[in-house]
Amino acid sequence: MDFSVALLQIKPKLGRIQDNLELITAQVEQAIACKADLAVLPELALTGYFLKDLVPEVALTLDSPELAHLARLSQQISLAVGFVEVTPDYQFYNSAAWFEGGQLRHLHRKVYLPTYGLFDEQRYLGRGDRFRAFDTRFGRIGLLVCEDMWHLSAPYLLAMDGATTLVCLSSSPGRGMDTDELGTATAWRTLTSSTARFLTCRVVYVNRVGYEDGVGFWGGSHLVSPSGAISAAAPEFEPSLTIGRFHDADLRRERINAPLLRDERLNLTLRELSRIEQERSR
Amino acid sequence: MSSLIINTSLVRRILIGFLQDEIWKVGAKKAVLGLSGGIDSALVCHLAAEALGPENVSAICMPYKTSNPESEAHARLVAEASGVQYCVIPITSMVDAYFDQFPDANAMRRGNKMARERMTILFDHSALNGALVLGTSNKTELLLGYGTLYGDMASALNPIGDLYKSQVWQLSAEVGVPQPVIDKQPSADLWAGQTDEEELGFTYREVDELLYRMVDQRATTDELVATGFAREFVDTVYAKVQNSHFKRRLPVIAKVSGRTIDRDFRYSRDWGK
Repeated sequence: MDFSVALLQIKPKLGRIQDNLELITAQVEQAIACKADLAVLPELALTGYFLKDLVPEVALTLDSPELAHLARLSQQISLAVGFVEVTPDYQFYNSAAWFEGGQLRHLHRKVYLPTYGLFDEQRYLGRGDRFRAFDTRFGRIGLLVCEDMWHLSAPYLLAMDGATTLVCLSSSPGRGMDTDELGTATAWRTLTSSTARFLTCRVVYVNRVGYEDGVGFWGGSHLVSPSGAISAAAPEFEPSLTIGRFHDADLRRERINAPLLRDERLNLTLRELSRIEQERSR
Repeated sequence: MSSLIINTSLVRRILIGFLQDEIWKVGAKKAVLGLSGGIDSALVCHLAAEALGPENVSAICMPYKTSNPESEAHARLVAEASGVQYCVIPITSMVDAYFDQFPDANAMRRGNKMARERMTILFDHSALNGALVLGTSNKTELLLGYGTLYGDMASALNPIGDLYKSQVWQLSAEVGVPQPVIDKQPSADLWAGQTDEEELGFTYREVDELLYRMVDQRATTDELVATGFAREFVDTVYAKVQNSHFKRRLPVIAKVSGRTIDRDFRYSRDWGK
């Protein structure tokens, strides 16, 4: 089906769950008023990014009133949002939730936690252990959180699992100032566009804005059609609500033109990966 | 081709956003900075005026009796060009009152005292006006430790601390810093005729190229020597960076508890903002 996506490029406050929930609610209500079918928020939209020791203070259980509130909002619009999850046995995850029809439909725990350069996620958070596509009213979806997207295997697995739309929630710090456009922006657009082409999938990329301790998140949220073309884009560095539309005809055309997934040899990949794993563990 | 060349309109946009976001979110509207007549504070003054509106920026020139009169003239030029609030507060009487007790103090002690005297004035005006103190140290100075701890290195926010001097020159031209301020020789202005480059023993352009490769590109000494830098120059600069690292850190806290500030008690400065 054709569907419209609201890219909710917000500026969360660090560690202020209630303030952020109010901001998210207002943005989602605006997306509903604009008749968008899906609203996507950034990674850790409910909490902000450089949490460090705040992680346990801002973590939410899956039965928390905050998530229940978001679930209720999803009676009118499908919703993807990032937050810190705490499990009953006190594991903490950088999670993304998909709400639809008033319910939590899918939960993805970020698998690849960057812990290098300016990132320190694995010090504070546990790693997710799976990539699973899931069914929605827009067909099968694959959720990714930021760094997940930089690991080729992640979008590959989701596409193999039948996802036709990849939704990536991000908190990407802008850096690299010696080129015509921001270095990070070029890198991400190249990545989302190439991923869409390799997998003939749609890609939704939503990044936050605002500064935390001098680090500026660059925004630039966008939609990529299965041909790799960016079909809608939010401004850089400014909060915005940008709406774009995916047309099913584009997916159909691309999959006929380039039947890459039909020709993909899952058994060969599995066989070779098994061999590689065995040889490495020797 | 040096990658010290920056996209000035992009950097300008990021720094304006930085000043607005980091100042407004703590509930402040105003900023205060020391205007020396040099290019670094001139650049910060122009950026702050653009970010906050010139009426919300106080620039204070704080000359000592040995300061070059041209510095004050240049500070005034920058204040007029950027439209900010401007005043002159001489520090001679305070500094001299102290050194009357220590007449033999050398130039370094006197220079540090002047820098710290200026710092106390800026933070007093911070309290007076509800304004945040803007730092004006560039990345070259910060890496070399060419500044006074708790003096000119003290601030609430520093928009230019990740820009090398060579990049400060580029951005200054973009934001409209008056040409005489861009063209003049960099000087700490502690005594007549002093220049940074003479005191440091190398030019900013040379050391920026080296620091960029050493710090940003993580080049090894052997790689740097192979690129044409003299080994002695590389070693000297590396030692300066290493030996001044204490200036870029909080004071060391002796750990005795289970949760020590900055070691296992870690929060962003923008906690709750």
